[in-house]
Amino acid sequence: MVDLTRLYDVLVIGGGNAALCAAITAREAGASVLLVESAPKPFRGGNTRHTRNLRAMHEKPTSVLTESYLEDEYWDDLLRVTGGQTNEELARLTIRETQASLPWLEARGVMFQPSLTGTLNLSRTNAFFLGGGKQLVNSLFNTAQRLGVEVLYDTEVTELVLDDGFVRDVKIVSRGFPASVRTKAVVASSGGFQGNIEWLKQYWGEAADNFLIRGTPYAQGKVLRNLLDQGAHAIGDPTQFHCVGIDARAPKFDGGIATRLDCIPFSIVLNQKGERFYDEGEDVWPKRYAIWGRLIAQQPGQIGFPIVDSKAEKLFMPSVFPAYRANTIAELATQMGLDPAATEKTVAEYNASVRAGTFDTTKLDDCHTEGLSPPKSHWARTIDEPPFIGYPLRPGITFTYLGLKVDEKARVLMSDGKPTANLFASGEIMSGNILGKGYLAGFGMSIGTVFGRISGREAAKRVLN
Amino acid sequence: MSLIDVIDLQSAQLHDEARRAMEVCNACRYCEGFCAVFPAMELRRDFTNGDLDYLANLCHNCQGCFHSCQYAPPHPFGINVPKALAELRYQTYRDYAWPPSMARVFDRNGTLVCLLAALSVAVLVTCIVLLRDPGILFQPQTGPGAFYRIMPWGLLSALAGASFVYSLVALGMGFRNFWRASERPTSDLTRPRPLMQALHDVFTLKYLGGNGRGCNDLSDNFTMLRRRLHHAMFYGFLLCFASTSVATLYDHFWNWPAPYPLLSAPVLLGLVGGLGLIVGCSGLIWVKVQTDPAPSARALLGADYALLTLLLLSSVTGLVLLTLRETSAMGLLLAVHFGFILALFLALPYSKFVHGIYRSGALLRYALEREDEHASHASN
Repeated sequence: MVDLTRLYDVLVIGGGNAALCAAITAREAGASVLLVESAPKPFRGGNTRHTRNLRAMHEKPTSVLTESYLEDEYWDDLLRVTGGQTNEELARLTIRETQASLPWLEARGVMFQPSLTGTLNLSRTNAFFLGGGKQLVNSLFNTAQRLGVEVLYDTEVTELVLDDGFVRDVKIVSRGFPASVRTKAVVASSGGFQGNIEWLKQYWGEAADNFLIRGTPYAQGKVLRNLLDQGAHAIGDPTQFHCVGIDARAPKFDGGIATRLDCIPFSIVLNQKGERFYDEGEDVWPKRYAIWGRLIAQQPGQIGFPIVDSKAEKLFMPSVFPAYRANTIAELATQMGLDPAATEKTVAEYNASVRAGTFDTTKLDDCHTEGLSPPKSHWARTIDEPPFIGYPLRPGITFTYLGLKVDEKARVLMSDGKPTANLFASGEIMSGNILGKGYLAGFGMSIGTVFGRISGREAAKRVLN
Repeated sequence: MSLIDVIDLQSAQLHDEARRAMEVCNACRYCEGFCAVFPAMELRRDFTNGDLDYLANLCHNCQGCFHSCQYAPPHPFGINVPKALAELRYQTYRDYAWPPSMARVFDRNGTLVCLLAALSVAVLVTCIVLLRDPGILFQPQTGPGAFYRIMPWGLLSALAGASFVYSLVALGMGFRNFWRASERPTSDLTRPRPLMQALHDVFTLKYLGGNGRGCNDLSDNFTMLRRRLHHAMFYGFLLCFASTSVATLYDHFWNWPAPYPLLSAPVLLGLVGGLGLIVGCSGLIWVKVQTDPAPSARALLGADYALLTLLLLSSVTGLVLLTLRETSAMGLLLAVHFGFILALFLALPYSKFVHGIYRSGALLRYALEREDEHASHASN
């Protein structure tokens, strides 16, 4: 039983990877730790529940990683996706520390597996969790509780009372009842704000009602908002988020990986008016995966419709929802709620402009369109062999970039540049320091593990000295 | 609605639920490291009823994919693969049963197996008490042929032999039904490499080993508990079978009738095997009582408990008989022990025991599919 009259050394806010790494590290250092998770137990673990792997630097093959992946290559990969919107000091610290992350997690019960089908391109750089991120969450919760970390589910932090950079009081609502937590230090690992549609509307207006959130609905950003309101230094573009195209029939929250669709390079994508709006064959899919969410977000009604014919059906992963399927384009358009005439016209114009080449899914092939705007640069084949197949796509938000600025000790910095005294942050709430833009597979989990451990260590050091 | 319609409807619902789960899993694939079910699933995009029956028998009920599932209840997708596959697997026991009319014994299997055991013991004890002279029955019997003074050798071997041969035939026909459903040629059964792989997977219980740390036997913690207990039970069963076989050889070919001394092969094999069965069966019963109920198909536990209890009682009465065989209790104990063994033999094709046959077949089919897949990659 959690005793809220007790004075804890460290309060950890959140229940995902970063929070668990922080709680375990602080507890192993000798601190008494209370972890509060806003979700009820079945939905614990934040976005970590939906993750799959962790990107780890290594000098030689490890238990599950092949060859080597060194600091400079890792840094180059990060620099490329962020376009420089990163902090080199913190980024390189993270990269170097990922080397120890893998054995650290393994020693605390997390199970890894060699990467298997469909992800072989990641077997050198990314360590896969056996069964996915929920197994990591389960294993770390088991370890944390065995070590004596106390846990409150269904408990939300509503206010951190900051007084000249010092957390004086923590107000919570636990299972519906307001209370306070007495603690000497706080680690905020409570994620971004992508679950907070009202907040997203500040930047996106009513369009935000048509966004789907791929991860946890519990990422409400309340702690982030509260700290920014009290003068914490913000980092990252508040209007931006990582966003991919997912099946429009996915649930509003928590649809996770199974709702994604990889058919775009083999399709033409139409908007609500039955018109194309972007080059579907611009580049190989892994490099273009992440732009389609935003492209669709900018279309009327925030919806898009990729269409393929029977030739392309087996080229992409099966979808969790059944495809729309018809023997004529007009019939397919009607099923999807598009104007049949406009859709037929778009398909006919596309088909007429296709220049046949040697179709090859493994490279940028020479199948392209001529005289079409926008063009389709690669993998362009006529869409003429029934059955015709279509899906509805909406923007699916993975995470937001806005966060708290921190230093190398994971201390939260105030707007005047001064560090707070007993407030630390890790995970998505501060990942914008390092990943200010773009996406690098498994890197969110790297930041979470590394800064989770740093924040736990520094919080324990602060209260035990 | 007739009984047949009800069964067909139930079968359709079980297939629908398993298909729904596999379609979500096939779009996710996070679990592909756990066991053979997911790599086998990934070879398919659409799932026929036959595919689902095969996947159901490939599942070892380790529950790892449930505890790590981001779509498990209360998520709106409500995916529960171990439960969906267990319920479908049980349906396949009905479908493959031989003769087909015996499919119905799987409807209330726990009750029926228990009744069979009780009846078998009761009949043998009654016969012995009625037919044997109390002077012989309740006197200590020692020396060669002591058992046969209680139960005539002819009756003993005829009952045991006939029931065992019948069970082997019924199990074989069940396997034939399973294999026919796979639509693979009979010649595939003896392709050496897949066969060796399948035997290895069966005898090591590879898929109850997880990735070296075991399965979610009791909760989301990983343990080797169930694998070790199953090994104790399985190899205990084989040792007991070896004990009986050696004793039969001694009796028939060396003219050396039971009982045998403590340091003889039949007694040592039976002793170690019996202890293995007791540890394995009681442990597995304990696991079933303790485990997280969410991924379990509770309605099917009757069959599990019945077979485990029957094996447990067979070995316990065997060891008690060994301990007390030189006392006046031997006569009745022999009848009770033999009653359980007879029930076990008769129940083999109509109890949870069949899972071993079909799971082995599924592992062989998996090994064949893997080899075919490698061959097609190599030729491309």
